[in-house]
Amino acid sequence: MKAKFLIPLLLFVILVIFLAIGLNRDPHEVPSPLINKPAPAFEITQLAQTNKTFSPGSMKGQVWIMNVWASWCVACREEHPVLVELGKSGKAPLIGLDYKDKREDALAMLEMRGNPYQLSAFDANGRVGIDYGVYGVPETYVIDQSGIIRFKHIGPITSQILNQKIYPLLAELKKS
Amino acid sequence: MIPELGHYALILALCIALIQGVLPLVGAHYGRREFLFLARPAAQTTFMLLAIAFVSLAWSFYVNDFSVLYVAEHSNSQLPVIYRLGAVWGGHEGSLLLWIFLLSTWTILVAQLSKALDEFMVARVIGVLGLVTSGLLLFVLTTSNPFERLLPAAQDGRSLNPLLQDPGLVFHPPMLYMGYVGFSVAFAFAIASLLSGRLDAAWARWSRPWTTAAWVFLTLGIALGSWWAYYELGWGGWWFWDPVENASFIPWLVGTALLHSLAVTEKRGGFKSWTVLLAITAFSLSLLGTFLVRSGVLTSVHAFATDPRRGIFILIFLSLVVGSSLALYAWRAPKNTLGGKFNLSSRETFILLGNVFLVVSAGSVLLGTLYPLLIDALHLGKISVGPPYFNSVFVPIMVPLLVLMGIGPWTSWKNTDLITVIKRLWLAGLVAVLAGVGIPLIMGQFTWLAGLGFLLAFWVIASGCLQVVRQAKLGKPTRSFIGMQFAHLGIAIFVIGVTMVGAYQEEKDVRMLAGETVSVGGYQILLVSVDKALGPNYQALRGTFLLTKNGNTQATLYPEKRSYFSSTMPMTEAAIDAGLTRDIYVSLGEELSDQAWAVRVYYKPFVDWIWGGCLLMALGGVLAISDKRYRMKLGRVAS
Repeated sequence: MKAKFLIPLLLFVILVIFLAIGLNRDPHEVPSPLINKPAPAFEITQLAQTNKTFSPGSMKGQVWIMNVWASWCVACREEHPVLVELGKSGKAPLIGLDYKDKREDALAMLEMRGNPYQLSAFDANGRVGIDYGVYGVPETYVIDQSGIIRFKHIGPITSQILNQKIYPLLAELKKS
Repeated sequence: MIPELGHYALILALCIALIQGVLPLVGAHYGRREFLFLARPAAQTTFMLLAIAFVSLAWSFYVNDFSVLYVAEHSNSQLPVIYRLGAVWGGHEGSLLLWIFLLSTWTILVAQLSKALDEFMVARVIGVLGLVTSGLLLFVLTTSNPFERLLPAAQDGRSLNPLLQDPGLVFHPPMLYMGYVGFSVAFAFAIASLLSGRLDAAWARWSRPWTTAAWVFLTLGIALGSWWAYYELGWGGWWFWDPVENASFIPWLVGTALLHSLAVTEKRGGFKSWTVLLAITAFSLSLLGTFLVRSGVLTSVHAFATDPRRGIFILIFLSLVVGSSLALYAWRAPKNTLGGKFNLSSRETFILLGNVFLVVSAGSVLLGTLYPLLIDALHLGKISVGPPYFNSVFVPIMVPLLVLMGIGPWTSWKNTDLITVIKRLWLAGLVAVLAGVGIPLIMGQFTWLAGLGFLLAFWVIASGCLQVVRQAKLGKPTRSFIGMQFAHLGIAIFVIGVTMVGAYQEEKDVRMLAGETVSVGGYQILLVSVDKALGPNYQALRGTFLLTKNGNTQATLYPEKRSYFSSTMPMTEAAIDAGLTRDIYVSLGEELSDQAWAVRVYYKPFVDWIWGGCLLMALGGVLAISDKRYRMKLGRVAS
């Protein structure tokens, strides 16, 4: 057997190794440049009470969670039960950011499926989303007492993520 | 009941495909004729069972059986029938079923059309195809069963992604898959001859028409996809170097190399190992493409849901098929005898050079496609590789390739006097230079890139014309010769289209009120009105635009912004006035305020030549297959 005829096989083996590693990495998971940076400020109207506004500044002093959602987002329905669980746990206030949505659709969905949020801010044109680098709905942020983003998750939250990442992080942040 | 029938047929198909994959190969190895004769009936049975499964799924879509999960996820009672049928391959499970069904179709075609071939060869080919079929069937049955029930049944389905609700998308996947999967035949022939140790000219002759047929389908499939992206995505582009596009383009490049290399192996008995390697590579890349698309390791506009089990299964399957093939290659290929000797200036050399350029370009596209994955795997960060990389790497490799295309057909096997070739080609060179300088000047603006594009395209065209003139003097040309001329002309037409669009397209993003006019490329486009319109499963805002040139009305255009009832993503339907020398492309954007609309208009000169060129290439392939010498020679081999 001549060695040069083995070259294609060798190249292929190397390729397979890379593919195997690649399989365990999520290409959608882009590290957010906002981690450990202050959460961008904004002030927009609330979803349910149109005469009131919400701004992250009002949450200063407590650890809170912001969840970007929309009534048109199928994946949001998937994570909805988990959010309800999170809301009920009382471990941290859960604020919704209703992203590029229609007010009546959003309210109808909350009415139908239950409202896990303390309140939702209504980002009708997605302006706030741009500041936060939202490129897919749902996305979830954990923000600490001094308004620093500590954690970001893209895609639906599962109870696994909730128990293994978010709850421990909340406990740790509250201690400090 | 019908879905269970389909499911049952799939399970049976797996059993029969295993028989088809194992027994004929065993029979061929030990010289047991009774096993050889199993190959054809097994292949026929597998095909029939897969047809039953496929029709069952199509039927479930036709009758809106939302108790089938896959149907509920990809169809909807409001969806027009044609898209309901197109939705059969609109998702992961169904498109894999289509993949396997087409693989089985190719198998049965080989089984039926190879009566003249040596029984051992046929048995091995059918056996190899049977093994591939079994692997994929196992994949479908364990991880991607399209017949899974949803109980209780859904009231209505989630509907097909509106992007896919388009006639182009109904035909694009089957065409593309026919091509992808078609390389399995050349692959099976290559493996069969490695197994038998009979790697000779006859093997190349048998493989050639099959390879060309697959290549024709792949060409058409890629062209359809590109055309679809052009008019459906609303960005006016025709190629995005998206990982999924690349996954189909890489096998095309290698397949093109294989076509030419097979010619050398058939005519001169040369390049045997190289040709076999290309045949294995072309199909391996098709499988790799399937892996990349179906496992979700790469992000792309064709994003599919990620299921890690699927990725691991395909990776194992890929490793087994490609790994064992390449190991077999390493073991058997060195035993090949060399083909006829040839000089440095000969047709062999030119084809080899062309092959090298094609393979290098395929490699560079593959590298660009996998690069984000490699970097991520090495923990060096997340990056994406975009058109700038591909354009700056791919285009320069194509330049020498096009130069070779003009010379190659003039050379003769074994030995060519290059001086004579140059003497014959000076006229073509002159035409090319004139076109390269002249056309940009006529178009009003000279750029080096445009000049180069026209130079190369007219070099190929002029060389082709001279070849036709010479052939006419020598006698009646063969279909193969005409086929080659069409295919090479297609490349030139394609290059002209790309160059024209690249250098001279005009694009305007404007804010328009009804009654306002925008000018582009010497045309005036008047926004008459924007009205509401209702489709079968969507409502739309439809703009009415009047296209005029020098006061003469050319066309009325109706671009739409659709919102489908089943989805909230608004869809842009561009309106295009297509023409031989230009397209006018109007796409309606957001309503800004006070009845003002964001409107995007393009003037795209010669853009349809891009797909026209692809059609010519495919036509060339069809002509080459129809060359009668294949049939005659097949008969002679058998006798």
